[in-house]
Amino acid sequence: MKLVGFLLLVAGFAIVFSAFTLLAAVRAQSIFVLAGTVVELIGLGMVFRAQHLAPPAEER
Amino acid sequence: MASAPLVLAPTDFILCVVCVLLTPLAATGLAIINTGFARTRSAAHSIVSAFCLMAVAVLAYFIVGFAIQGFAGGPAHSFVLRGHAWNWIGAEHVFMRKLPLDGSAVALIACLQAFSVAVAAMIPLGSGAERWRFGASCASTALLAGFVYPLFANWVWGGGWLAQLGVVAKVGNGAIDAGGAGVIQAVGGVSALAVAWVLGPRRGKFDLSGMPGAIPGHNLVFVILGCMIAFVGWLGLDSAGAILFAGVSASRIIMVALNNAVAASTALITAFIVTGVRFGKPDASITANAFIMGLVAVSGACAFVSPAAAAAIGLVAGVVIPFSVEWVDRLGVDDASGAISVHGLGGIWGVLAVALFVHNSPGQWLAQVAMVATLLGFVLPVSYGLNVLLDRVYRQRVSREGERRGMDMAELGANAYPELTPLTTDYLYR
Repeated sequence: MKLVGFLLLVAGFAIVFSAFTLLAAVRAQSIFVLAGTVVELIGLGMVFRAQHLAPPAEER
Repeated sequence: MASAPLVLAPTDFILCVVCVLLTPLAATGLAIINTGFARTRSAAHSIVSAFCLMAVAVLAYFIVGFAIQGFAGGPAHSFVLRGHAWNWIGAEHVFMRKLPLDGSAVALIACLQAFSVAVAAMIPLGSGAERWRFGASCASTALLAGFVYPLFANWVWGGGWLAQLGVVAKVGNGAIDAGGAGVIQAVGGVSALAVAWVLGPRRGKFDLSGMPGAIPGHNLVFVILGCMIAFVGWLGLDSAGAILFAGVSASRIIMVALNNAVAASTALITAFIVTGVRFGKPDASITANAFIMGLVAVSGACAFVSPAAAAAIGLVAGVVIPFSVEWVDRLGVDDASGAISVHGLGGIWGVLAVALFVHNSPGQWLAQVAMVATLLGFVLPVSYGLNVLLDRVYRQRVSREGERRGMDMAELGANAYPELTPLTTDYLYR
């Protein structure tokens, strides 16, 4: 779950970056930026959850 | 946002030099705060680590960091998409070679950044306190100061793609961050989160059911004193940043200083009241953290907003910090000094506050959200990945026995307060 979370974080960033470099219309850019940010927030939530469920560091 | 002027007026230059020279006090203040939040058995380790990490950060930035960051209008590597050239990394020389260290703005930028990166280095140290091995913290800081920080700073302050959003993509004025709410504070806060994840919590922080417990610091006086010292440093940091990265004149220093004082004071009083209502008595450590979070949050907009807006920024910081510290705990993250909330969340709030409170051209909010998205979607994964790799090569967390004895004995062989920690039977018979 942690890996998926981090992949979502990177994917969200890629969406935001693409919005500015590939799209010209402000409306389309806004939608892509918001969508990318939402993807990142989902990813961040997954990483937090995975980290919370992980065993304590001394048991690794 | 306008590029930094490459030549400053003589008066602006002198005032900017004074501000730049105040900046190390911000790092000093944070180092003292971190030490106050540590327990007695790790106090010496905390302050010695801070001292060394400042040196590591400055050297890493000197060797390779400035080459990566560059400056607005300077040489940069770029890629072309849809006919536009996007800068993504600076192309300066390593070891700051061929850098004109004279009365130019570029020389001041290099000097300010060498000090700023030391401020950023103090932030993960706070969250990794009492379990972060000395060698590992130095290596991690070298990665932060030599790669992660300069790359993001290039994107915002060095004419990189986030700064270009205004000119190339017609998105507001591009990313605005006058005093480093995003570039310095949020980058440090996000790195602190990565470090806390890699290290895991201190022993005794969470019980068997996963409920967090409080581990109070050993010296609240240090914490408050650190806040006061950091405040002076912040005045210099934000003022110099506003002149060099936001292109405002030195006459705006008064506004920056007033906004800093108002935001920090509002955050402090608000947190004092909120914790007083919530817990019956005000919480001094959260109040101190609120003071710093107020400074962090106003950094981004410090040169552009009225004192009333600065008060609103500080008010939000003061309300959020008591809950944020608790949420971070409940999410299973052991943040010994509250650095993730103060600098990470505070920095992100500071970036977004620019969109809310500064009278910008349309679309500015998109540039500010893009900056936050870059912090979460690029800086956090890269910082975490680098720290995980480092952990594979050189274990970052101290041994179980070392943690029990305290970092002072485990790593330094001497305690900050030897009379408080009798560790051998010899001591009892003397």
